[in-house]
Amino acid sequence: MAQSLNRLKESAAQTAGPYVHIGCTPNFLGMTGVFPEDLGHSMVNDKTKGERITITGHVFDGTATPLKDALLEIWQADAGGLYNSPSELRGSADPNFTGWGRQPTDLGTGVFSFETIKPGRVPFGDGRLQAAHISFYIVARGINLGLNTRMYFGDEEEANGKDPILGRVEHKVRVPTLIAPRQGNTYTFEIHLQGDRETIFFDI
Amino acid sequence: MSNQDPETGSFFPRDRSWHPKAFTPDYKTSVVRSPQKALISFPNTISEITGPVFGHNILGELDHDLIRNFASPGESAIGERIIVHGRVLDERGRGVPGALIEVWQANAGGRYRHKNEGYVAPLDPNFGGCGRTITNQDGAYEFRTVKPGPYPWPNGVNDWRPAHIHFSLFGAGFAQRLITQMYFEGDPLIPLCPIVNAISDERAIEQLVAPLDMANTVPMDARAYKFDIVLRGRRSSLFENKLEGN
Ligand SMILES: [Fe+3]
Repeated sequence: MAQSLNRLKESAAQTAGPYVHIGCTPNFLGMTGVFPEDLGHSMVNDKTKGERITITGHVFDGTATPLKDALLEIWQADAGGLYNSPSELRGSADPNFTGWGRQPTDLGTGVFSFETIKPGRVPFGDGRLQAAHISFYIVARGINLGLNTRMYFGDEEEANGKDPILGRVEHKVRVPTLIAPRQGNTYTFEIHLQGDRETIFFDI
Repeated sequence: MSNQDPETGSFFPRDRSWHPKAFTPDYKTSVVRSPQKALISFPNTISEITGPVFGHNILGELDHDLIRNFASPGESAIGERIIVHGRVLDERGRGVPGALIEVWQANAGGRYRHKNEGYVAPLDPNFGGCGRTITNQDGAYEFRTVKPGPYPWPNGVNDWRPAHIHFSLFGAGFAQRLITQMYFEGDPLIPLCPIVNAISDERAIEQLVAPLDMANTVPMDARAYKFDIVLRGRRSSLFENKLEGN
């Protein structure tokens, strides 16, 4: 026998279900008048530093059908590589950039879209720089525990090649599932929940 | 480490045997929406340790009162009036201050106010079904609502969800992000539900069931249910790998 660690267990997750919009994006549903705007709807303003970009894509199920009831959240550093968070002790992030966005997939087409800026690079635990990336959290009906993944930038080939997280991926053939190609100012990030092109999901 | 110090350590690994697995075929939608390849693990970096934090300035006066926040002036939602209260804690048992909680639910008849909802039960013109609040310095929160009704859903031919409230939580780090559901003590539909039973450990299910809390009931007004929620804990950062130069 020994002392107890006195730890609690994290509450188990349950699916966000088909009606997640009521709680998280009620204005998107047309339920106006309760909250002035949906949280995470806009990440940037006129004064935000950095290169303006659009990130768009779908979340496909195992039959290649796009999810029309998913909710995506993104979290990223500002243009200088700092997070707008009290846990960021390396400096003060751009006050005109929240770093956090939330968008539902379109109820008709399944397309999602974020208007944001390209993030700066941030360090890995050992001090090496990670390639620029954006963290994703995805929930929907049928997803029991929210999925974590990352988007990397298609025009950052050299940095991606040295990234410590991408370097951990044993099956290199899967790395492209995390890399969004660029066209103009738009990056397209297609997320596949299953199949040959299943996106890499992380246990973070 | 006190609650006032900035929280910067990495999080305890998630116990994925405690959470529901991704592939739970009795919950049919999970079959084509569950990743099949192994998740790739890596130690938390600054990207996972940090997260958005929300100020009380986002909250309106009625955001945590679902009985009134969608109702016409002078009116209120129909149903059993309840208060849901509790604390958001981390795995070390400490209150999590400043945690944003968003809730959504069906009305007293089991009907959601949503474009894709087709249940025959009527909408309540005075009930929207969304609310939000932020925990105080002790991690405590409360909101007022009506008890949601159970509702049927297309899974098996006759599956009914137990009465539940959906909860979305932000701690201090993006890796703490959690969405779950609260159930009500004594509901006979709980053990029949394929979504509940996606969780394999009985104790993990019990942790999602809120007991009736008569001591906090407001006499002649609203009964109380107590629901504590636990988010991932952080390692004490004393001997953690520091970033170079720190
Ligand atoms: Fe529900």
